[in-house]
Amino acid sequence: MKVLVTVKEVASVADDFEIEELAIPETYLEYDLNEWDDYAVEAAVRIAEDRDEAVEVVAVTVGPERSEETIRRVLAKGVDRAIRVWDDRLAEAGVTDPTTTARLLAAVAEREDPDLVLSGVQASDDGYGATGVALAERLDVGWAAVVNDFDLGDGEVDVRRELEGGVEELTTVSLPAVLTIQTGINDPRYASLRGIRQAQKKEIAVRTLADLGLDPSILDSDLILREVAKPEADADPTIFEGGPTETAADLETVLRDAGVGAE
Amino acid sequence: MSGDVLAVAEHRRGDLRPVSYELVSAGRELADATGGDLHVAVGGGDVETFADHLAVEGVDVVHTVAEGEEFNHDVCAAVTTALFESLAPTALLVPHSVNGLDYAPAVATRLSIPLVTDAVAIDYDDGVTAVRETYGSKVEATVEVETEPVALTIRGGEWPAAEGNGDPGIEPFDVDLDESALRSQVRGFEEVGTGDVDISEADFVVAVGRGIDDEENVDLAEELADALDATLAASRPVVDNGWLPKNRQVGQSGTVVTPDVYLALGISGAVQHVAGMKGSETIIAVNTDPDAPIFDVADYGVVGDLFEVVPELIERFG
Ligand SMILES: Cc1cc2nc3c(=O)[nH]c(=O)nc-3n(C[C@H](O)[C@H](O)[C@H](O)COP(=O)(O)OP(=O)(O)OC[C@H]3O[C@@H](n4cnc5c(N)ncnc54)[C@H](O)[C@@H]3O)c2cc1C
Repeated sequence: MKVLVTVKEVASVADDFEIEELAIPETYLEYDLNEWDDYAVEAAVRIAEDRDEAVEVVAVTVGPERSEETIRRVLAKGVDRAIRVWDDRLAEAGVTDPTTTARLLAAVAEREDPDLVLSGVQASDDGYGATGVALAERLDVGWAAVVNDFDLGDGEVDVRRELEGGVEELTTVSLPAVLTIQTGINDPRYASLRGIRQAQKKEIAVRTLADLGLDPSILDSDLILREVAKPEADADPTIFEGGPTETAADLETVLRDAGVGAE
Repeated sequence: MSGDVLAVAEHRRGDLRPVSYELVSAGRELADATGGDLHVAVGGGDVETFADHLAVEGVDVVHTVAEGEEFNHDVCAAVTTALFESLAPTALLVPHSVNGLDYAPAVATRLSIPLVTDAVAIDYDDGVTAVRETYGSKVEATVEVETEPVALTIRGGEWPAAEGNGDPGIEPFDVDLDESALRSQVRGFEEVGTGDVDISEADFVVAVGRGIDDEENVDLAEELADALDATLAASRPVVDNGWLPKNRQVGQSGTVVTPDVYLALGISGAVQHVAGMKGSETIIAVNTDPDAPIFDVADYGVVGDLFEVVPELIERFG
């Protein structure tokens, strides 16, 4: 069987960052594998390890050359090979909304024809939380969002969806399917030294829009970014300044006023 | 475009979820700007009772769809698509809830319309503009949607809950469901995360987040909780890592707490965490990052290292 796992290299902003017009300058950005995708990768690799039949795990990403560093780490964790979708037009188009991302991923998925696709619930940078389900719909297959446990059977998969407030929903979805994976579903491994060495030999195939038979017009997004700003704070907290001794003394006053420590 | 807005209410185990009423407020606001009617849809379960509850001020029509008991995304996606096609509204509003995440992207794809998720504000001026948060709420992005119609999921807690009696028309909507298109089947529900300690009962909560860095350091937070006679709770990563049990998790998928004092140590204040603690009487945050969104809900804060502040505090209360 084949498992496709969608991964994204995400940016987080450093403490004390600045915004220049519609972007955050590179100096304030740090890149890493999307947290939710790390759990999806682990789930995919475990399927390969746990099943008797041969399982191929393929990672797919949409991202610039820089993201190969992150993708290598995924390969080092046991993914067999990776596909990176990128070209000049994609680089130019910049912001891709989830609809566009789902289209690009669907073009890869159609060619790979996986039995199961695992995706993260959301990406920590733009937080749309929509790509996995949009991908499933585009592929015309079943899906489940926010999955924190699953049991793969023949032709179907039993999932637990984590709803709000400590309630889980038990659902059966027929295969092929896309599951969006929630953090906590497993304990993602670190790449071993051996894994890192092996990853160097694994393939990261780059696919352009043309390779995927996609018309560049799909990049004309209906969503136009108009403004990027630091949010205005709703609250205006009293911030205590000074070293730990002083700030702890200030906190003690607040805590005692609120009744903490009163016997 | 008609200017109409279609909002899809959400319920679970017999009760409408609070976000349904917030959706009505968001929908009314948008329909006023577009000059259309607000249509609210509710499907599954006791739709007559739900429709009565949804007959609040600002709603023009409630569409009831008697299909199934609980949410099933295949049914919900099919019904929402059919209703959308029959009403041809300018905008579709869905809660940015776990179930919203489970069908809104499919509906937008099926209808070939743009989707903006997790909106915290919506505006209309010849087109929909939505504000959403990125980079873990540290950045706010304003997105303009160039075409109509559009689908939006809205963040809970951002709009007031609609109230006051209204007099909407109640219209049952019949849909021919293609049973063969159903690829999923809900088998039931299960409560998780209960245990010896009920953090929702605590008057004082010390909560630790990923800033605690290592399992061993959780002891330090425990020590502080003991010194303050408080209950130890955590954000999700601490629980995901297995450093504390699930019943200690505060947030959207954990427990909602409303203590007198909530002391957040090394917690960024992601929306799903804040959903579980914003009702606390006094919120105090210790975080090295001055831009951490937790400071947006805090009453008092220290921009600093918890590993320096916490030992001092233990000494003072120990
Ligand atoms: C569907 C869904 C449901 C979710 N449900 C929940 C939920 O119920 N509860 C929940 O908490 N999350 C939930 N999440 C996850 C949520 O989005 C965040 O990922 C999570 O809350 C982040 O936890 P954190 O603040 O501890 O970690 P981070 O966001 O990593 O923040 C760590 C913070 O610690 C600070 N820090 C680091 N070192 C120090 C130090 N030495 N001293 C002081 N500060 C320091 C950093 O500046 C940072 O602000 C959910 C997500 C999804 C998608």
